[in-house]
Order: sequence, then structure tokens, then C-alpha cells
Amino acid sequence: MSEAKHSQPGPPLWLLAELTYECPLHCPYCSNPVNLGSREQECDTDTWLRVLSEARAMGAVQLGFSGGEPLLRKDLEVLVKHASDLGFYTNLITSGIGLTEKRIAALREAGLDHIQLSFQAANADANDLIGNKRHSFEQKLKVAKLVKQYEYPMVLNFCLTAQNIDQIDDVMALSCELDGDYVELATVQYYGWAYLNRDHLLPAKAQLEAAEAKVNAFRAQQQGKSPHFIFVTPDYYEDRPKACMNGWATTFLTVTPDGSALPCHSAKILPLTFPNVKNKSIKAIWREDFSFNHFRGTDWLPSPCKTCDEKEKDFGGCRCQAYMLTGDMYKTDPVCSKSPDHSLMAQAVKNSESPSRELVYRDPKVSIPITEI
Amino acid sequence: MNELSDSLSGKVPKLNRLFKFQFEPAQDCYVLLFPEGMVKLNPSASEILLQVNGERTISDIIDALLTKFPDAEGLGEDVFAFFEHAEEKRWINYV
Ligand code: SF4
Ligand code: SF4
Repeated sequence: MSEAKHSQPGPPLWLLAELTYECPLHCPYCSNPVNLGSREQECDTDTWLRVLSEARAMGAVQLGFSGGEPLLRKDLEVLVKHASDLGFYTNLITSGIGLTEKRIAALREAGLDHIQLSFQAANADANDLIGNKRHSFEQKLKVAKLVKQYEYPMVLNFCLTAQNIDQIDDVMALSCELDGDYVELATVQYYGWAYLNRDHLLPAKAQLEAAEAKVNAFRAQQQGKSPHFIFVTPDYYEDRPKACMNGWATTFLTVTPDGSALPCHSAKILPLTFPNVKNKSIKAIWREDFSFNHFRGTDWLPSPCKTCDEKEKDFGGCRCQAYMLTGDMYKTDPVCSKSPDHSLMAQAVKNSESPSRELVYRDPKVSIPITEI
Repeated sequence: MNELSDSLSGKVPKLNRLFKFQFEPAQDCYVLLFPEGMVKLNPSASEILLQVNGERTISDIIDALLTKFPDAEGLGEDVFAFFEHAEEKRWINYV
């Protein structure tokens, strides 16, 4: 019986605490849900403190504070302090907007281990246009300097889209200038807001290849010096899917602002009922909850995955992608060339050559009509 | 002494500030933590890193380990090989 088999899954090594959906920026590629929750439903400080203790007791070790913009939570320092006392490696994933020197110092004092700063582009005009907020680029540059000054490891994250990927040389030059330790050059994942905008955002295959070649050339002359560039490609042009978060409910646990516990940060779109940390312990959620056990392992796999010799590698791919593209979360991820729905990928690429709707910014005002369509 | 040990033994390794070294009860082993990642260490790597304090030279570290594990064979070579690997992985740098 599958329940017995899953009674002792490994620990949720990675906990992503999405503290709030509120964000001063409005990126069209935001992977947050389209129907943004309200601040009143956000978990209170005590709930978060308990979640951190329970997850750590189970063996969680990496902790990401994200959002929206986690800096908008006034109790961030309290949560970081608690996490750090528990022995977590604490990561702050931020747009940098609102990160004053006072706060950087207070977070250091609280034990924060690392800051990941996201950029929308390598120059002010493009950056502020994409994030839909003026002067945000200037602020980010200031924040990057402070992060270094306070001796945090700094990861820079650039979200690559069809609009900015051709400027990858500028992105790499800026990363060196800011002295980032790691730089993630990530093409957007098409969930939530980003899916609505997929046709606009997806870079063409030629653009991706050109960008990757530039990154490789740059790396070759770096001779092992910082920053360490990580180039993440979208799987739209691949013929094998990525394993969803290292396998459903094997490693990652996301807790959303309202307390929903998810095996991956976009899973809320799936027609499954997810548990809530406000009324269930992390242990019960991770080990016993129906939704967490539902896609664990390989027993549930559809054909052609069931008999495929690669099933231990990718577990049939991403459930959210299967659901978004085929309407059925039980299907093989259509990225796989063995999937009967694989032609949907070519269709998506074709659509991106002539997008049919306007680019939609993440904005609570527009979020209402869109969810009602 | 070969070339590798010649060039390394007087050096003083210290943990790269990007990494945090700690014992994880749930994994029952020492780990290195870094932004959004973790490396599990085997017992010998852990013993070596426990000796790294930014003051001891590699030959001091070998002496300390030899006192602790007098029967370990080829310990010196293992330690040099570890530091070569650790530098490549950026876990440590030299003072
Ligand atoms: S993607 Fe943009 S809008 Fe969405 S949370 Fe991140 S910074 Fe905010
Ligand atoms: S058929 Fe399924 S298991 Fe096999 S490679 Fe494709 S997605 Fe992976």
C-alpha cells in the first residue's frame, strides 16, 4: 500500500517561507498566483515561529524568506533570529526595495546568512520598465553595495526574458562590477503571472543559444574567479522534463503567506486540497497529508512514464506544467518527447512569435478581472 | 615529498566566508551550507575541516590528525588531496 511505503519520506530539507504576497514591484513574470491573497490572511509571527521550529526539528536546513517582498514584514528580524538560533542557513530573497542600511545591519545582527537580490535588467530604463516602478534600479545598486559592505554572500538574480536576454553582456558586466558571489541567469518559469505573459516573455531559441554561448565564453576567460554564473534555461525547447523540485514532496516545502503548505511554490494552481500550517503540524503535513503523498514516488505515474526507464530521473516532470498545458495534472509533462501532448510545446513557441494579448503586469487591481475570466 | 605537498604544507587554510560548516543531527553528518545549497561531508573530510581555523598550516593539521588517528594510513596524502579538492570547490581559501 502506498501509504505504508511513504510513511517515512526524507526530511523537507528546504523550507521556503513566503511571508507576504505584497510587493512594491509589478513584474509581468512574477510566479505568484494571479489571485493574490489579502494581508489579513497572512500568518502571524507566532505561527511562523512554530513552523520554523517544527520544520527544523524534522531536519530542514535551508530556509528561504521570500514573498512578494519579505521586507514588508516588520517581524522579519524576529523570524531570522529564531531561524538562525535553530541552526537554519537563512536566505533572504528580495527585490532590495526597502532594504535600508539600518535593516541590513539588524538582519546581520539577527544572524541572516545570505541575501539574494533580484534585478529586472542591467540598466535603469529597462529595469524600471519591467518592474513597473521608477528609481528601483538606483536603489538596487545601493543595496548591492551595502550587502557587500556588511559581508553577506551575495547572489544576484537576473530574470531573462525575450525583452532583455540580448543584453546579457551588460548583465555579466554589471554582476562583476557589483562583485556578486553567484549570479543566476534564469529564464522565467511560466507559472502564475508569468504564464499569462508567456507568449511575450519566452525568448526565441536562437536568442537563448546566443546568450548561452556568451556566458560560456565569459566563463572561459574568468579562470575560476567570482562571480560564479549559473545559466538556467527554460525547458520549452528541451525533449526531457526537469524533475519537479527534485521529486514531488521529497526535498522542498513551501509555506505561502496564508499558511498553505505546498510541495512546490506553484502547486496551488492544481485541483488538490492543500493543508494549512495554521491547523496542522509540519510533521503531519509532510508525512501524512493526502496531497503530499499523491505524487510521491513513481507508483502513480501515467503511461508512457510507468514503463519508461528514465522515470527515476524526472518522475514524469512537472505537475503544474502538465496541468497548465494539458488541463490534466496526471499526465506526462508535455516537455517530454515521449508525451502524446509534446506538440503543445511547439505550439507555445509558435505563439510566442506572435503574442495574442497585451503584457499583463502583476497588480492587485488587474488581478481581479483576470481571475474571473 | 612531492610537488603538491611541497607547495601546500606551509599554507594556512581558512573556510571561505560563503560556507558554513556544521553538524546536522537529521543527516547524522557534518555539512557545508552555502546560498541555497548543502554538501554532505564524509567522516574524513569532516575531521580535516574541524582542524581548519585560519591559523594552523596544513602540516600542523596533519600532525594534529596523526595524534588523533595514529593508525591511519596515507593520512598526509589524503589531507593534501582534500585541500586540493576543497580549493577547487571554493570551500576554503588560503590566508
Ligand atoms: S517577480 Fe517581481 S512582482 Fe513578483 S514577487 Fe518578485 S519582484 Fe515582486
Ligand atoms: S516518459 Fe515520463 S518518465 Fe520517461 S522521460 Fe518522459 S517524462 Fe520522464
